Amino acid sequence: MRIELVKRPQHSALFSALSPFIALGLTLIAGAIMFSLLGKNPLEALYYYFVDPLTGLWDENNRWQLHELAVKAAPLILIAVGLSVCFLSNNWNIGAEGQFTIGAIVGSILPVMYPDLQSWIVLPLMLLMGMIGGAAYASVPAYLKARFNTNEILTSLMLVYVAQLFLDWLVRGPWRNPGGMNFPETRNFHEYAILPEVWSSSGRAHWGFVFALVAAVAAWFMLSRTLRGFEVKVLGQSPRAGRFAGFSASKMVFFAFIVSGALAGLAGISEVSGAIGQLRPTISPGYGFAAIIVAFLGRLNPLGIVAAGLILALSYLGGEAAQISIGVSDKVVRAFQGMILFFVLACDTLIHYRVRFVGAPAAKAAEVSQNV
Amino acid sequence: MFESILITIATAATPLLIASIGELVVERSGVLNLGVEGMMVMGAVTGFGVTLATGSPWLGIFAAIAVGALFSLLFGFLTLTLVTNQVATGLALTLLGLGLSGMLGEGFVGQPGIKLGNLYIPYLSDLPVIGRLIFGQDPVFYLSVLLTVAVAWFLFRTRAGLTLRSVGDNHGSAHALGINVIGIRYLAVMFGGACAGLAGAYLSLVYTPQWIENMTAGRGWIALALVVFASWRPWRVLAGAYLFGAVSIGQLHAQALGIGVPSQLLSSLPYLATIVVLVLISRNRRLTMVNTPASLGRPFVPDR
Repeated sequence: MRIELVKRPQHSALFSALSPFIALGLTLIAGAIMFSLLGKNPLEALYYYFVDPLTGLWDENNRWQLHELAVKAAPLILIAVGLSVCFLSNNWNIGAEGQFTIGAIVGSILPVMYPDLQSWIVLPLMLLMGMIGGAAYASVPAYLKARFNTNEILTSLMLVYVAQLFLDWLVRGPWRNPGGMNFPETRNFHEYAILPEVWSSSGRAHWGFVFALVAAVAAWFMLSRTLRGFEVKVLGQSPRAGRFAGFSASKMVFFAFIVSGALAGLAGISEVSGAIGQLRPTISPGYGFAAIIVAFLGRLNPLGIVAAGLILALSYLGGEAAQISIGVSDKVVRAFQGMILFFVLACDTLIHYRVRFVGAPAAKAAEVSQNV
Repeated sequence: MFESILITIATAATPLLIASIGELVVERSGVLNLGVEGMMVMGAVTGFGVTLATGSPWLGIFAAIAVGALFSLLFGFLTLTLVTNQVATGLALTLLGLGLSGMLGEGFVGQPGIKLGNLYIPYLSDLPVIGRLIFGQDPVFYLSVLLTVAVAWFLFRTRAGLTLRSVGDNHGSAHALGINVIGIRYLAVMFGGACAGLAGAYLSLVYTPQWIENMTAGRGWIALALVVFASWRPWRVLAGAYLFGAVSIGQLHAQALGIGVPSQLLSSLPYLATIVVLVLISRNRRLTMVNTPASLGRPFVPDR
């Protein structure tokens, strides 16, 4: 038997809407098989992964879990929205984890180095500096691509390792908390440097989630309603057509990287100032990479990304819940997330192609009839 | 002292060399597989686990090669049969490999590993200066050199190699000539996966005989960069791998000497060196244009 692809005359609207759902369904099935292999009851495991964290929807006492969901979803959505602009314009920024880290570092300069500066102006400055830091760090691979034609995938990824080592040096060296008993962490941020909760009475979801929603709506508007958004897509799909239209590919490289770097930087400083409250050697459970999955699961559409970000955030929370309740390792989460991306990419084929299963004899017959 | 430094450089360079040579064949066939890191880390965890269970590093190595090839089939099925985006699918393979290996290897953390023994030839291995360097290293080191020779010979001196390169340079014409483009690409992708698996096993059985999560630490990506650096030529991959081996061993020695530079800065040198090298190579547009396989990363759907 052979699989054959037949190009559809037009891309299928039905499957572009359905493919993320098919992919999620397949992931659930594959996940159930994986849990059975691990010797767990698959239904119970899936319950803890995907339902238990949502009980806050109807249960007043579990409302905090919804807040945790928003805390986890905020960086994922912020980063993925930026990545969607990059990927749509055919710029492969996969160093968002590094831009997140540098954003967090640059944003933390004020509360760490000038702790005596206590005023309402600190927080907006921190957020702004975080965005500038992330954007500046992202513009390095952009510059190298535009100027020297260097592969941006490899350079942006290498800079992730560099950024993480830089953070490690800072928190163990010059930025270590003077009163912190030699732990590798900075001093705790003072109250003016903390990103406040949105709804402090019921949980700790901070304003980062609101930023994420605003960014998603803004990016959606930019991509679907403005000339700049059209430029992004044209240059992504056909650089030649873009050139004829007078669009500059090298300016687009900078635009895409700076937008995504700024959003990743904002995610970084929001996470540090809203969820952690200080800098540590590790400030992200791989948000920058998980956001790649979010971007594709959301079909590179900023509004779809909001939903996709919530789903991936759910998998993080579910991982914690499953570890506590049925003793499944939290390492399973990343395997799960990797599977989602595989299924999403495979299902996207259905949008552009009709898949035909051809048995060997039938294929022969088709060949013969073509020859006649 | 000098000899032992050279040997450690060879140990650091060997996994890079093996993974890069594999990826070079893949890219020569016109496929860009960014999943090297994921396949390597799967090889590392398999090699370590099988060795732990059976006590035989050789079985571990063979299992790692098999798992690397099987894992790459996942990428092959998506990009070749379902014609998905190669960049995105390669990333997916890396993310899945890192996740799966972390899950599978959880029980191996902290377990003592078994090291693959070095070769010992009486008299020859005892020769001063070059004895251990040439006659007393681990068997995979010799395999890596052999692999480079074999791939160079295959690609540029055999008909099959020419066919593979033609598929990578113009898949449309190759298809029109009756060459089975997709079949050849499947084989190339599996060869790359097998090499990456072997390279990973080398890390967990020779370089640092233990299992640490994410122990590849970006080496799969450096291997990808080496292929660009070598402008898709096997001998230059060998040179590049040893250059990078030297950089990473050099920074380790500098750390041990404590020369007053933060260790984190020294640790980031291999990554920074990768960027510098990529810039130096790619700024010469003509060189890269001539050598890059022309169909690299482009989707191929046969017209029937």
